[in-house]
Parts: sequence; C-alpha cells; structure tokens
Amino acid sequence: MTAGRTLYDKICAAHAVRELDDKGHILLYVDRHFLNEYTSPQAFSALREGQRSVWRPRASLAVVDHVNSTAPLRTIVIDDAAKAQQVRHLARNCRDFGIQLFDLLDRRQGIEHVVAAEQGFVLPGMVVAAGDSHTTTHGALGALSFGIGTSEIEHVLATQTLLYRRMRSLRVTIDGTLQPGVTAKDVIMALIAQIGASGASGFVIEFTGETISAMSVEGRMTICNMSVDAGARGALVAPDQRVLEYLKDKPMAPRGTLWDQAVADWSGLRSDPDAIFDREIALNASELAPMVSWGTSPDQSVPVDGRVPDPATESDPLRRRAMDTALRYMALAPGMRLQDVKIDRAFIGSCTNGRIEDLRAAAQVARGRRVAPGVRAMVVPGSTAVHDQAEAEGLHRTFLDAGFEWRQSGCSMCVAMNDDRLLPGERCASSTNRNFEGRQGAGGRTHLMSPAMVAAAAIAGRLADVRTLET
Amino acid sequence: MEPFDTVTGAAAPLLLPNVDTDAIMPKQFLKGIDRSGLRDGFLFDLRCSADGAPRPDFVLNQPPWRDARFLVVGPNFGCGSSREHAVWGMRQFGIRAVIGTTYGGIFQDNCARNGVLTISLRPDEVETLGRQAGEANANCLRVDLPSQTVTIAATGRSIRFEIDALTKNALVQGLDAVAATLQDADRIWDFESAYFLARPWLV
Repeated sequence: MTAGRTLYDKICAAHAVRELDDKGHILLYVDRHFLNEYTSPQAFSALREGQRSVWRPRASLAVVDHVNSTAPLRTIVIDDAAKAQQVRHLARNCRDFGIQLFDLLDRRQGIEHVVAAEQGFVLPGMVVAAGDSHTTTHGALGALSFGIGTSEIEHVLATQTLLYRRMRSLRVTIDGTLQPGVTAKDVIMALIAQIGASGASGFVIEFTGETISAMSVEGRMTICNMSVDAGARGALVAPDQRVLEYLKDKPMAPRGTLWDQAVADWSGLRSDPDAIFDREIALNASELAPMVSWGTSPDQSVPVDGRVPDPATESDPLRRRAMDTALRYMALAPGMRLQDVKIDRAFIGSCTNGRIEDLRAAAQVARGRRVAPGVRAMVVPGSTAVHDQAEAEGLHRTFLDAGFEWRQSGCSMCVAMNDDRLLPGERCASSTNRNFEGRQGAGGRTHLMSPAMVAAAAIAGRLADVRTLET
Repeated sequence: MEPFDTVTGAAAPLLLPNVDTDAIMPKQFLKGIDRSGLRDGFLFDLRCSADGAPRPDFVLNQPPWRDARFLVVGPNFGCGSSREHAVWGMRQFGIRAVIGTTYGGIFQDNCARNGVLTISLRPDEVETLGRQAGEANANCLRVDLPSQTVTIAATGRSIRFEIDALTKNALVQGLDAVAATLQDADRIWDFESAYFLARPWLV
C-alpha cells in the first residue's frame, strides 16, 4: 500500500527522463521556456561556442521586457546603447536559432510571465523554466514553473531538460472570505510576513483551500508569482474549472478534439486525498487586512492600519540588525503610523500585478479622484494585450483623468533596468514584488502593496487604507 | 567549469540576512551580452559610494579581506532575482566558496554551475567561522571538497559539511553539465516520443 501522491510528485514523475541518483535528482523534461533580452545572451553565446543547436526551438518563446522604454507613445528607442545591443542580440539569436520572438512592435509583447499566460503558451501539467525568478507565476495554471540562471537556460536550449533536485512539499491551505479591499497580493504578503523571506526555501508550495478556489486565475498568479519571495522553488494550484475557462480559446491553447483530450488528462492534476506533504501551513483569509511593506525585504510588512515595528522588540540579533538597517534605509522611525508616511511616486504594474484585473481594481479607486499634488503616478500594463484591453474598457481615461501616466508595457520600475526609476531618496507606493535596497533605482524607497492600495496612496499622497479612502 | 578541489585563503564575514542578488550585482552592471567585467559590480553599493570610490569601512576594501576567497554569510544569501551575473561577478572578484546556513535556491544552483561551492552549516558553526573570518590576522580557511571539511588554519579546527554526491562530483571534476546531459540524448528522444504520443495537444 503506497501513500497518495502530491500534484508536485505527479508532475515530476511525468517529466522524469531518468533518475540521476537515489537522492531525488532527476533529468527533468522542460515543456516550455521563455527568454528575455538580459539573462539569455550568454546562454546563446555558450551554444555558439560549443557548436550546439537548440533541441526544440518551438518550446521557447522570447520577449523584450526588461530594458525597453514604456514611454506613453510606443517606441523602439532605448536610452542606452548597451541595452539596445541586448535587444538586437536577442533578435539575432532568435533568428539564428529559430525561436519565436515578440519584439517591441509586436502587439503580443509584454512581460514574459504575463505574455506566456495570456497567449496560452503555458498549459496545466507542464514543466516551465525561464531565466527570471518570477517564473513561479505559472503555478496558477497547474504548471510546475521556476526561475533558472543563464547556464541552465543554455541547458534547456541545448537539451530540453534540466538537472533537477526534487524539492520538499509544502501545502498552504487558505480558507475564509477576503474582506472588501483585501486582495491576492495581501494574501501572499501576509504569508511571506508570517513565514519569512526564506520560509519556503527548498519547498514547492501547493496552494489550496476555499479562498484559492474562489479566487480568479489572475489572483492565483499574483500569489504564485511572489511565492519565490518566500524562497519557494515553485508554487502550484490544482487546475479547476476557472483555469479551463481562462485557457479556452487562448491563441496558443489546443482546440477542438485536442482541447477535449487535454482537459480529460488535466483532471488528474491534483494531489491525492491521502497525499502527505512535508509541511503544512493554514491561513485564515477572513482576518487579513491590506498589507504594506515598511522595510527592504518582502517579509517586512504589516497591515496598513499598523505601525512601523520597533527593532528593540526583536530577540534575534541578526534580524534586529536587519530591521535597523532597513529602517535607516527607508528613513522610518519605530512606532510611526504607516498612514503618516508621505510618498513621492506611485507605480502600478509588473508581473505580480500588471494584469487587466489589477488595472480594473486600481481604476476603480482612481475613478473620479485626483492624484495628490507632488506625486508622480505611473500605470504600466503587464503586456500590450493588457494595455489594449484596458483602452477598450476605457480604463486609460480613468487613469489619465485622475492624473496617472498611462504607459506602454514592460517590467519598468519593478526592476528599473529601463529609464523608469526612482531618484535617490524618493519614496514609492508600488504594486511590485521586491522592496530591496535600490531595486526601483539607487537610493529609492519602495513600499509594496496591492494595485488598489497604490492607487489609494497616489490619491492620498501618503500610504493609505483603500477601505477608508476619502472621496 | 573550473574544478574545485582544495582551496586555501582568507575568509571575509558578511553576516547580514537576506543579501539579495540585486545587492550582489546591481542593475547598472546587467547591460552586457557577455560574462566579463562584472568584478566591478560585485556588492557595488556596499563596496563603493555612488561615484565608485571604495568605502574604506567595508570589509572587502580592507587589506586582510581584499583578496578573500571565501565569504561567511547570513541566512538566505543570494535570494531574489535569478541573475547569474551575481555569481559571475563574485567569482571574478575571487570568491570560490560561500559559507552560510541557507541560500537563495536559484543562486545556489548558479554557483554550482560556475565552480563556486555553497556550504551549508548549522547557525552556530557559521557564527564560529564568521567570528574567525573577522580576525584580521587569523582569517585563513582551508576548504577541502573531497573530504567535505572547512578547516580554520589558525586553530586546526575542522568542520564537516554535507553535499550530495552528484553536485560534489560535478564540482570536483569541473564537469560540463550540458555535455554530460547530451550523452543522454537518445534517452531524451525516447522520452519525448512517448510523452508526445500520450499528449498530442502538446505537439
């Protein structure tokens, strides 16, 4: 009598070309792979040097997303010659190796994770790898997906496989009903605050529970996306009816009989009832409030109605030192009310929160209101398709009328590798995923929160509670 | 890949938790299309002021640690972005092994692909080595991968570390992982045939 298997076990088993040892290492087959302009060049160079070819070119899809301008008027002009060379280099590599590229003028261009999902490039049960840590996003579709480095990009290109070590399994069960103003972003930020920035280190998470079942696929993407910021090497949600509805008729999704065959197969993509996880965590979603980060690590966040914590109350000396460092960098004092913290910038976008649902939530807050004087607020759609959809719904009008900039798609100020960045000392309310020192620009100060909360902060001119925002 | 056998040299303490790869290699150094020139970017904001002048108070700018071969680090070192540039820069700076409790997973894999050893020890062992690394005149360590030990030169104390045989073997031999996998090309072909036969919607 063997114990039941987790969804993660099943996906690993279905992709194991062979066992490499008895310690859980396998040669893992990779179904899908995305490439961007900044982590891929050296992988292609290594292929050329080794006179290697790409194993299965159509398993890969390339986009330009990190270094491109998001100027309101679409442009291929890039502010920096070296970055422009990365874009040209990607185009050349894709041409030489037969890989599909959505370049800057393609209406399908956007942040790799937003694009791959909305095109139907990722399907349930797949293994997906990409040279970007937030590849965990695609767990929302029931695909085992994770970020890899450039050497492993070469490995995938050349062999369609990875040397993979099976991770431990962590089930996070989230029950309860999210209160108004509380979103998927708040759920994952609360989880990271609870378990720490390495709390899921060495694990693949499976998210389950009634909150997840009731959540949109886009919300699940937000949760899986930031699971890496708790250290997870993957995050999964068992595909359900919502996933099927999300995928059906996507441009690259199967159709007709093949769709039916696929759906029948995907019905097995769930953990067995008697499956045993290495670790279990439960979270009550009903008790959550909108979250705001105060520090420089994604686990340093508190509910928006809270105060900046006092390092003196932290018993662990390493953590206390990290808190002191963070407060100094963030120019905050212990005990301050978060809602008294004034902001200079507001940013809505990223692979965490740059999908249409995120823009709708932000627009709902912005509608009929004005960005506070002195605040520069930007909306950067996660993809050109999201941009176009938002315009079709008139969301751009709402943003522009409220005083937000309405821009073209890209990673933009989530990683500040293009010309969108904070100036030293500027403080930003941001719907992104990392509040690291300098992440949004050297010396810039980031407060992570949901898109609706960013819109509220932009309007209030300070960190604000979207639930009690004055009109 | 450069093999890792036994390496002896100075260790530098860098015991902050959650040092992310944005800090190890900031964005302004990510604009290249090759792996070169990343030494200057390694821990840039910690090592240098904005104008590029070295910060004299930072450990890696001080004579006993300037040529460090090892870093003794805080938990979750290398978390965040997947950028392998962080490891390339660290290696170009001269670092051959990192000693800590836990690491960012992608960073750890990237290290293994570049001949850099990540050693995981208990918190008290890391504390001991961190304290030793801070001793200007006694910060020399010997890391012996085949025997899986870190030895403090000044005291002779040895600490054993665990590493799985597959990763160890690849590092000791300096294996080219892609070449090794391509020896399995027939198996991958066979796997693929059966895999797509069962899943025609993926073809």
